[in-house]
Amino acid sequence: MNFETVVFYLFASILVIAALRVITARNPVHSALFLVLAFFTSSAIWLLLRAEFLAIALVLVYVGAVMVLFLFVVMMLDINLDRLRQGFWSYLPLGATVGLLIVVEMVLIIMRHFGDAGEAPQTGAAQASNTRELGRVLYTDYVFPFELAAVVLLVAMIAAIALTMRKRKDTKYQKASTQLRAKRAERVRLVSMPAEKQD
Amino acid sequence: MSELLDSLQRQALGFSQDWFGAEWGSNLYVLVRTLVLIACVVAPLMGAVAYLTLWERKRIGWMQIRLGPNRVGPLGLLQPIADGIKLFLKEIIVPSGSNKALFVLAPVAAITPALAAWAVIPFAPEVVIADINAGLLYLAAMTSLGVYGVIIAGWASNSKYAFLGAMRSAAQIIAYEIAMGFALVVVLMVSGSLNLSEIVHAQNRGAFAQAGASFLSWNWLPLLPMMLVYFIAGVAETNRSPFDVVEGESEIVAGHMVEYSGMAFALFFLAEYANMILISTLTAIMFFGGWAAPLGFAPFTWIPPFGWLLIKVFIIVSMFLWFRATFPRYRYDQIMRLGWKVFIPVTLVWLVFIAAWMQSPLNIFTPGVR
Repeated sequence: MNFETVVFYLFASILVIAALRVITARNPVHSALFLVLAFFTSSAIWLLLRAEFLAIALVLVYVGAVMVLFLFVVMMLDINLDRLRQGFWSYLPLGATVGLLIVVEMVLIIMRHFGDAGEAPQTGAAQASNTRELGRVLYTDYVFPFELAAVVLLVAMIAAIALTMRKRKDTKYQKASTQLRAKRAERVRLVSMPAEKQD
Repeated sequence: MSELLDSLQRQALGFSQDWFGAEWGSNLYVLVRTLVLIACVVAPLMGAVAYLTLWERKRIGWMQIRLGPNRVGPLGLLQPIADGIKLFLKEIIVPSGSNKALFVLAPVAAITPALAAWAVIPFAPEVVIADINAGLLYLAAMTSLGVYGVIIAGWASNSKYAFLGAMRSAAQIIAYEIAMGFALVVVLMVSGSLNLSEIVHAQNRGAFAQAGASFLSWNWLPLLPMMLVYFIAGVAETNRSPFDVVEGESEIVAGHMVEYSGMAFALFFLAEYANMILISTLTAIMFFGGWAAPLGFAPFTWIPPFGWLLIKVFIIVSMFLWFRATFPRYRYDQIMRLGWKVFIPVTLVWLVFIAAWMQSPLNIFTPGVR
């Protein structure tokens, strides 16, 4: 067994354990943190495959931004575990069916390509910098699908904001621009008063 | 000197391969070598952090016409060491209502990314732990992890003040990270590389650099708004004054750190100062030519490259202290306004402007020239 295989199995076992703990941990904050660990470990596995851009982007986007917001929300929730567990048996059949369907679908897709993947492609460009190579491909060969995906994301973002925005009439707030435009003469009145004589 | 190091490395590699076989030996050698390199960076960094605290107290003292610490050692020079011993000897109190495991994990989560980011920082030409091609991306990823320490600390402490601090921090860091990311994208565009050494080299090319006035060809001039946005966002990211509502002594005591004592508190403290030095170093590398001398003639070329980086970092990190002694704390809604409504539009506009500039015949940038 060579060095990389040992490292792979180490990361893989951490990943599997972390993923299991995500669904078995009692505390939702612990679950979210185990999910962070799972993301981080899978990024390490991608690094083993020399996919540095994907690995770092996973940490940057999922660990650095998405999971922070997740934690942010989960920490503020007041979760009553007993009430969550009440419906467990009534939801189980439906949940198990959906889970089984997903497993079957994934098996159908993956098992065909599973097995010996052969040698990893060792092209010169990928060796030099796969970030540069990915960028070049995305912005030349696949520029239209890429831009389309960006526009879809933008629309989704604006829609999410528009759907949840609620204008409140009664909130008081300051306008920075009017505050900045304030002049000394409008605020301060200097009064000159003659000193009174003291005897 | 370098020949001696080379022969030493070859001997160590050979020794390791003799004992553990060819493959395991070379891998173990890489591991040990990396650990030694990390120690070579982290030990001086911790020293710099210790003396930065002294410099901060001295300087703010002078700015407020006080003396600053002057009791321990000559000129108070042993003050950081006394502080360190004090923090080491103090008891770490774990609140009974806290989540113990996470309470202990939080300071570790704060300091790890603060130190890990240093792996890709070039201190001089070729002097870097990991000269990776995706260096800038790696840095963005590592600095985005710093928020976990704060959030976990705030939640695990099971205290209102700590939790409020954590919430403020999460919102603030996410807001400023976007502007910081865009500033990095512009730097990436004009340098044509994510490799930090290459970013420094790219700044020292061009007409001004050839005429000996390389400080005019550094990124700070064409990317002036980006430099300001990056640096100010960096001050906000490190939760330093005037953006220190996360700690806000007068409102929420010390925010996420309120329940911590002894070394657990010290780790947060070290992480904050290590991050300050990191942001200063990155500003120097990306906008002020890194290790390069500002002018290419006699007295300026006598200082070695690392010396120039040190001088630049010292000046920039002193700005953090200057801000702290000068500005009152921002109100929270003003922080959010500055981050979302000012910085992000400014960076977006400048991104498009630089892109148009680079496509025009007036282009002065030479990305990707190797």
